[in-house]
Amino acid sequence: MKRHLVSTAGLGRDDALLILDTAEELSQFSGRAVKKLPTLRGRTVVNLFFEDSTRTKTSFEVAEKRLSADVINFSAKGSSVSKGESLKDTALTLQAMGADAVVIRHHASGAPARLADSDWLHGSVINAGDGTHEHPTQALLDAFTLRRHLNPGAGRDLAGRKVAIVGDVLHSRVARSNVHLLTTLGAQVVFVAPPTLLPIGIETWPCEVSYDLDSVLPKVDAVMMLRVQRERMNAAFFPTEREYSRRYGLDGARLARLPEHAVVMHPGPMVRGMEITAEVADSPRCTVVEQVANGVSVRMAVLYLLLGGAVFADAPADAPRTTELPEAAQ
Amino acid sequence: MTTPSSAPRAPHQVLDATDIARVITRIAHEIVERAKGAEDVVLLGIHTRGVHLARRLQARLTQITGRDIPFGTLDITMYRDDLRLKPARALEHTEIPAEGIDGKLVILVDDVLFSGRTIRAALDALSDIGRPRAVRLAVLVDRGHRELPIRADYVGKNLPTSLREAVQVRLAESDGLDAVLLGDRDYAARSSQALAADPELPE
Repeated sequence: MKRHLVSTAGLGRDDALLILDTAEELSQFSGRAVKKLPTLRGRTVVNLFFEDSTRTKTSFEVAEKRLSADVINFSAKGSSVSKGESLKDTALTLQAMGADAVVIRHHASGAPARLADSDWLHGSVINAGDGTHEHPTQALLDAFTLRRHLNPGAGRDLAGRKVAIVGDVLHSRVARSNVHLLTTLGAQVVFVAPPTLLPIGIETWPCEVSYDLDSVLPKVDAVMMLRVQRERMNAAFFPTEREYSRRYGLDGARLARLPEHAVVMHPGPMVRGMEITAEVADSPRCTVVEQVANGVSVRMAVLYLLLGGAVFADAPADAPRTTELPEAAQ
Repeated sequence: MTTPSSAPRAPHQVLDATDIARVITRIAHEIVERAKGAEDVVLLGIHTRGVHLARRLQARLTQITGRDIPFGTLDITMYRDDLRLKPARALEHTEIPAEGIDGKLVILVDDVLFSGRTIRAALDALSDIGRPRAVRLAVLVDRGHRELPIRADYVGKNLPTSLREAVQVRLAESDGLDAVLLGDRDYAARSSQALAADPELPE
């Protein structure tokens, strides 16, 4: 039984659509004068951030507060973690304080999975990015944004759509989460990157690979630019930044090669002039700001569904999802 | 449907399609009468079957008054008090008429009035949306057993029941036919109200 959201690899199509549909309904509340809902009143959600983050942390915090949860922020800097406390002891402390859910970002891949599989914590674990492994809520908000542009409507998926993910796939947890989720939702993913920035074993992933951005652009419905994660690079992956940006950066000329309906996405933070030019970043086809707004709705949906007791994936088929039972024929 | 051998009573019909149509007509007339022409009335249906009923009520009110009565839908899931007791459910669409509900006479419409908790949640939801002049409640069936100080202003039928029983409302829009049935709760098909109101039922 899963009460956690650790990766999109284990997330089934129905659960993914349930999250997207719930987020769609929740998004309308953000347009109201009173944006707060009483749903998680009295519940405690801990944001456990071992790695710097502005966007994701703020987004989770807004989502938690909109649902009236009590929010506790716990960052590695200035906490007992910097004094050498282990993940286990931190988790036991949070459990003793009665955390109903823990949103964790960790520099080590697998830390959220360790937390979810352990009995250190009884609450739900939500992965907010672990190392170079996964960042499921980012993928969900990307899918949400894509669906709004390409196939809007509750219950709809991304069947037959093609998404190019361009850039530093090697270090990107966003790319990993997206390839699983988008494939689950029926879309086709093509990675475009220099060979040095593609992980070993990528041939086993459900995706295509290309080294040539210009030939891919006319065939896709969306292009997702990734940031080159210099802080994770301990070697030279490409000769110069200028060469990288010439071959794999998105500029106005490349934007014009995209089909009319295609959108440009970026998980943020953008490095203007590197993977994306200011012209593209400021164009109306770029969904970066929209993605941030959608992030709040998607995270509200995940928090509501997990804390409301929804069971993702390997749940028994007869597990009731709603209180309304199918009507038996008379 | 197969009937178990030591069967709880099969549900029997208390209202049929013509009864329901008559009830809707009567309630529509009552609304016009009490709201002095229903000029600032906004109908809000509570998901799922309250929405169908509100839509029918709107059609009838439009016939009577000759004006288009604003109509909206309300999903109260996020305002329920039993989130800890039940698995999270998918949300339905909440749609408030463009002109809003501030200063209006809001009439909430639901199928069965039971514990009153749904209406409590709906009132909370309303206060986050705006400030109506007044709120009224119209229900197809009032089956009693209130757990909160809430009553309906417009009632289709008062149906004295025991807690052992379940009221099932069927409407053509979602169930293919119009009927209100009363039966033992153990009987296979259960009303959402009976489930929602009784935390002791297994999930």
